[in-house]
Amino acid sequence: MKTLNVAVIGFGSVGRGVLKVLAEHKGIYGDVEFKVVAICDSKGAVMDKKGLDVENVLKQKSNGDLKRVNKTSIEVINECDYDILVEVTPTDATTGEPGLTYITEALKRGKNVVTSNKGPVALKYKALCDLAKKNNALFLFEATVGGAMPMFNLMRMPLAGNKVTNIMGIFNGTCNYILTRMANEELPYDMVLSEAKELGIAEADPTYDVEGIDTALKVVILANAVFGMDVSLKDVDRVGISSISLESLKLASEAGMVIKLIGEVKPNGEERVLKVSPRLVPKNHPLAVQGTLNAAMIQTKLAGDIFVIGKGAGSVETASAILSDMLYIASIK
Amino acid sequence: MRITMDLELKDIPGQLVKALEPISDAGGNIVSVVHHHEERTSRGTIALQVVFDMEDGLGPLKEQLESRDIKVTRFNEVRLLEHKSVVLVGHIIHSDIRDTIEQIDSTGYAEVVDLAMSMPAISLKSSARIGINATGKIEMKKAVKLLRNIANKKDLLLIEPIETEEIR
Repeated sequence: MKTLNVAVIGFGSVGRGVLKVLAEHKGIYGDVEFKVVAICDSKGAVMDKKGLDVENVLKQKSNGDLKRVNKTSIEVINECDYDILVEVTPTDATTGEPGLTYITEALKRGKNVVTSNKGPVALKYKALCDLAKKNNALFLFEATVGGAMPMFNLMRMPLAGNKVTNIMGIFNGTCNYILTRMANEELPYDMVLSEAKELGIAEADPTYDVEGIDTALKVVILANAVFGMDVSLKDVDRVGISSISLESLKLASEAGMVIKLIGEVKPNGEERVLKVSPRLVPKNHPLAVQGTLNAAMIQTKLAGDIFVIGKGAGSVETASAILSDMLYIASIK
Repeated sequence: MRITMDLELKDIPGQLVKALEPISDAGGNIVSVVHHHEERTSRGTIALQVVFDMEDGLGPLKEQLESRDIKVTRFNEVRLLEHKSVVLVGHIIHSDIRDTIEQIDSTGYAEVVDLAMSMPAISLKSSARIGINATGKIEMKKAVKLLRNIANKKDLLLIEPIETEEIR
């Protein structure tokens, strides 16, 4: 049995999802055991060198009687003995903090890092990868694009040997929910947006989703990680969905099409595409997925077009992507 | 224009010539012939795909073939004639839709072939679906790029289709 110590930074929805999934499996996957030695959030940390009783920690957290020690995340990252840092703090698209510092400090110590945090990957992909390489650590971020959908893992292994020429897809469930509901129920944008807020599908301030910023971050991550493009958010041509009229959806529908917020990356030279915009998609096309689903089309040289469809968000779904990165680390470390 | 025609032939000698003769007689320049003689259709016939260039007379040719007992299962003349639909949202009328269309039409390689509009109320943004035909893929790209510039200048949202490959 190979045992890997895990420190989890961030105890929100994704952090809880990861811990829940690990607790259900007692951290054991075949001949690999993940031992959670530290969990931190902004209020402090819970730690145990011999491994925490994760189930109990989750119970105490939901009861509100979790006893934390007075340690900051950064202290834990710099002092604690772990093999994998699971960094699941919220995304900040402009600074990447606090995740960026956490990831940097862990990599400096030669620790492997798995993150769901889009900010640091979109802002400092190259620097973080170089740092990881220099310190012989792995830096993985499957959960940053498409939630549960396998993207980087798919391209790393099953599609290895293929040259990927283009990636386009639906990378934001909130926008897809709004556009699907507008089209199916013939309801105007404002009404569907309020409904989405009530259902918790859209944030109180939905700008980040509906103006395509979230999708653009994912486009940047794909551009940098798959195509080595070294671009940032400002390089993306971005139009959101807030000006999509009900009439435009009807007109599209009459022509057998739906409107979807599509993120697209194509690396080749002058014809480079780095774009987030509402696009017409034939109703019978695999990308015309409904509701909060995400979908991606990966165009490859040998395999042709590969489609991935799945849940783009959610606590346990995102945990699935994080776990796959953790198991990949376990398989080669 | 280039035409792709799918035919079904009886599995008896002489059928291929019987099928191709009327095409060249009608002035068609045959570019490619694919004869699927190794596999039969469910009707026991053999599928033939012919690609040819011809200016007009497609209707009479089809009748001529059918009178020879050759089934025309499918034909299209749009192989090179690209078609695309786009949707515009914004103050389409006030930003002179006629000028928008004329700019496309005056390119010589593309034209607006269909327009559907929806105007919910006078002060609200309207939406339009525009169908564009172009003489080829490159010309279509140019036409869409032109439309992108027009939309940009007139502050309209242009919703373009994704690039799709025909999935068989």
